[in-house]
Amino acid sequence: MKYIDEFRNKEASLWFAGKVKKISENRDITLMEVCGTHTMAIYRYGIKKMLPANIRLLSGPGCPVCVTPDNYIDKAIELSSKEDVIITTFGDMMHVPGTESSLDRQKANGSDIQVVYSIIDALKIAEKNINKKVIFLGVGFETTVPTIASAILQAKKMNLKNFFVISANKLIPPAMEVLVKGEKVNIDGFICPAHVSTIIGAVPYRFLSEKYHIPCVIAGFEPTDILQAIYLIVKQIAENRSEVEIQYTRAVKNEGNKKALSIIDNVFEDCDTEWRGIGEIKKSGLKIIDEFKNFDAEYLFTFEYKPVKKNLGCICGNVLQGINTPDECKLFRKVCTPESPVGPCMVSSEGTCAAYYKYT
Amino acid sequence: MCIAVPMKLLKIDGDTGSAELGGIVKEVSLSLLDEVKVGDYVLIHAGFAIQKLDEKEALDTISLLNELGGND
Ligand code: SF4
Repeated sequence: MKYIDEFRNKEASLWFAGKVKKISENRDITLMEVCGTHTMAIYRYGIKKMLPANIRLLSGPGCPVCVTPDNYIDKAIELSSKEDVIITTFGDMMHVPGTESSLDRQKANGSDIQVVYSIIDALKIAEKNINKKVIFLGVGFETTVPTIASAILQAKKMNLKNFFVISANKLIPPAMEVLVKGEKVNIDGFICPAHVSTIIGAVPYRFLSEKYHIPCVIAGFEPTDILQAIYLIVKQIAENRSEVEIQYTRAVKNEGNKKALSIIDNVFEDCDTEWRGIGEIKKSGLKIIDEFKNFDAEYLFTFEYKPVKKNLGCICGNVLQGINTPDECKLFRKVCTPESPVGPCMVSSEGTCAAYYKYT
Repeated sequence: MCIAVPMKLLKIDGDTGSAELGGIVKEVSLSLLDEVKVGDYVLIHAGFAIQKLDEKEALDTISLLNELGGND
């Protein structure tokens, strides 16, 4: 495929890996790939095996499904049991266990839940079902947020009265700061997300390199992209620099996608929000502004308060912060498998536990 | 969940267009981009073009990789 296959260049990948070995001079270096799509690619292409033993890669919290807390899933489940509601969602959310049920189970029991590829499909479902309330589960990072904002603007234009979003949308840089400020993991460099950065650009990571002196490189998702980015980070470390660099130059501009950013600003505002396993992070979430509150399911529906039952033994919260690897979880592979997941890190196709299960 | 693939724009009709990858044509929203034209490669995520692919930058990286890999 054009502009994909060219970045799966084995010889060039080996060249970068060799360079990393040389310039890191056996120094122990811990890098975090923040994004779940990077985690998947790192396992799929055996990137850890190509790197010298002194380079450690940790997976971070960049899987939107994994960091969505139980109470959001419980709300979605509650909405799905209403007679006049159609739930529309990306597929990964279907299998995440809530406190008492999952969307999968709700669907089997007769709830109208439809998996969509795009929020545009949810708009079409709303147009066709004017007697039903069509609710889209807005779960995503900066890559997906502008698509949701754009759909809300379009719903307004179309004068749709039965289309709603329930937002658990999140922002990546505030979570990176929490990890850096915490004492639990020591991160020497960040492999920054590819497509989040097509929207936000390089500037929002600058505080990490300037205030915390951590080298950051925005990397594409193909294997050679990732190895080149690791080389660029290790080079910064060897030269005692900390900057934000873009390896994924074919898709990321320093300033990001200005039009998408302004569409987000027109529809959403920052709010504090909860991340599974990490807790509440200030200004890391997005909620729909008042002007569009008629599209906000949180505004239109009231929810029962249910205390969240803890998943005994699941250490997803630690896995999401790079504190533990999946094989350190007692349930991994024995009780928790992709067919019968206990935690979201095993459910999501980009969860670290799922990647570990599939490729190790 | 942040996957996006480069597809070639075949048609533009206001804020929507159609884009192709490996023979598969999809309807995509162009509402998040200014200034795209037929023939451009755009990154498609969840039915939306989220960024235009900079072909010059892509070719520069490809030729660097070919050089390092000894394929030139
Ligand atoms: S293996 Fe399963 S139970 Fe253990 S942390 Fe991962 S998702 Fe949770």
